[in-house]
Amino acid sequence: MAERVLMKGNEAFAEAAIRGGCRFYVGYPITPQSEIPEFMSHELPKRGGTFIQAESELGTINMSYGIGCAGGNVFISSASPGIALMQEGFSFLCSAEVPLVAMNVSRSGAGIGGIQPGQCDYNQVTRGGGNGDYHIPVFAPSTMQDAVDIIYESFEIADRYRNPVMILADGMMGQMMEPVVLPEPKTLYKDEADIANYKPWALTGSKGKANRNRIKSYHAHPAELEQYIDYLYEKYMRMEKELQRAESYHTDDAEIVFVAYGSMARIVREVLEVLRKDGIKAGMIRPISLWPFPTAPFEALNPEVTKVVISAEMSKGQMIPDIRLALKDRIPVKLFSRTGGIIPSTEEIVAFVKTLRKELK
Amino acid sequence: MKAIYQSTVGEGLTLTDTSYCPGCGHGIIHKLVMESIAELGKLGETIGVSPIGCSVVAHEYMNVEMCEAAHGRAPAVATGIKRVHPNHIVFSYQGDGDLASIGMTEIVHAAMRGEKFTTFFVNNAIYGMTGGQMAPTTLLGQKSTTSIDGRKKEISGMPIRVSELLATIDGAVYVERVAVNTPANVRKAKQAIKRALDVQQRKLGFSFVEFLSSCPTNWGLTPVNALKWVGEHMIPYYPLGIFKQPEEEK
Repeated sequence: MAERVLMKGNEAFAEAAIRGGCRFYVGYPITPQSEIPEFMSHELPKRGGTFIQAESELGTINMSYGIGCAGGNVFISSASPGIALMQEGFSFLCSAEVPLVAMNVSRSGAGIGGIQPGQCDYNQVTRGGGNGDYHIPVFAPSTMQDAVDIIYESFEIADRYRNPVMILADGMMGQMMEPVVLPEPKTLYKDEADIANYKPWALTGSKGKANRNRIKSYHAHPAELEQYIDYLYEKYMRMEKELQRAESYHTDDAEIVFVAYGSMARIVREVLEVLRKDGIKAGMIRPISLWPFPTAPFEALNPEVTKVVISAEMSKGQMIPDIRLALKDRIPVKLFSRTGGIIPSTEEIVAFVKTLRKELK
Repeated sequence: MKAIYQSTVGEGLTLTDTSYCPGCGHGIIHKLVMESIAELGKLGETIGVSPIGCSVVAHEYMNVEMCEAAHGRAPAVATGIKRVHPNHIVFSYQGDGDLASIGMTEIVHAAMRGEKFTTFFVNNAIYGMTGGQMAPTTLLGQKSTTSIDGRKKEISGMPIRVSELLATIDGAVYVERVAVNTPANVRKAKQAIKRALDVQQRKLGFSFVEFLSSCPTNWGLTPVNALKWVGEHMIPYYPLGIFKQPEEEK
């Protein structure tokens, strides 16, 4: 039954996963998402699920590959450097067509960087750090409710395409508290014996099947591999068309259009109000899917009206190539950026816009 | 008339020619593992994991449901499978580069957690698929393409004894090292597999069988001399025997 509660972000993410059909969770402690494995360790077994604390992020992604191969619905979570360690596994799961829902509560900087919120995983999650031609849909919620709703839906998306799905939230979202409406729990399969009906491709033992199932990533023959890559490419192109999501705010008359996702989009929403009060027509496109990058709202912008687009990021312009492609370079793109774990204030973004307008005149 | 031998080809093994070299131990070990599972009547309730290495294609020959794993990660993958299907027989099948080098973390932690699957570890003291490089199990003085004058202790340390290492871990309930170099040892190897599968079926903890095996191609020996080399060089350094078994069976 749906219920309205006040929850900490990380715990709301975990609760949404359980309600969305997660029966297995694998994790490894890393800031700022450790409340997810903590919550799962005591909550999931009570709801008939299994919690495993892995020895590393390599362990996490490979155990979850095993769970996925066996037909279990699995959720994992980590933070930026942990996601980097999992890239081998993401490439492998895509090539073997094994579904998974992964959450990245991202932090700032390269290497160890810092543990404060960041968005500098944009390239890591949208391009992927693994080998080969593969894609993973990435959804970036900006409120707790967005996060709960997309996590809840992601298990079905992952199963539909037999592909991992990633949710990108930053550390600010993981640590803040906000009221959310939790959806009704769903059951994707009844029990272990029901998996073979729900996922006929999964490894459940060959007994009673006409042909045994095998899950492979290796293809010894070039022609066979090329054919397989083409088959997957066709699937990725379908995903690219079907999974684009975005929201536009006041873009119709806007001379300035921000592009922002996640926590940055929350701040920009406030910025728009302040600018509009000051008589500056500003709008925002909020990509919800980062891959596939939503192109329609950018195609709808009119260069006669919109004079500049601002990519507002807690990273160094990583989203700009996607924006330029979506705009087909019809409108100039500027960067507003804070990094290192610093979350910008509404005032500094307003000041940035006012300076920029003077420069453009 | 009583049958004295029943082939498992067409039952536990598929009717396929293997890609393994003449004299390679994989053929014998594949047969022993699959015969043992077939004799338990569990082929339809078994899930295996193949490694990176020559036996990545083990699923072509082993007639059970299987998946491939990334290099060294088979014990993590088998962990996931067993947690979904706790009543199935689950095994990982791994070589020494896969298990004792890149995958040492995964095997140690699977044993530590007492995961209730079985690992079949094929130790031929060399990297086979990549063309004969030194493995952690390569013997002192043994030549490989990355130790052309023979492995030296000063540079590469001493070869690692995996069975002895895993036997120190509480969660590892059955650990045995066998060899497939003589008919008598092959028969003993099958008994080890059956004991390990029995431990798994009784859900006592992690079970592990190490097979000393031959790689004539990368050792530069004939198949016959490779089997002799196992007996003369490998067994003295890697002693055969049971390192760990359930209390009541001692």
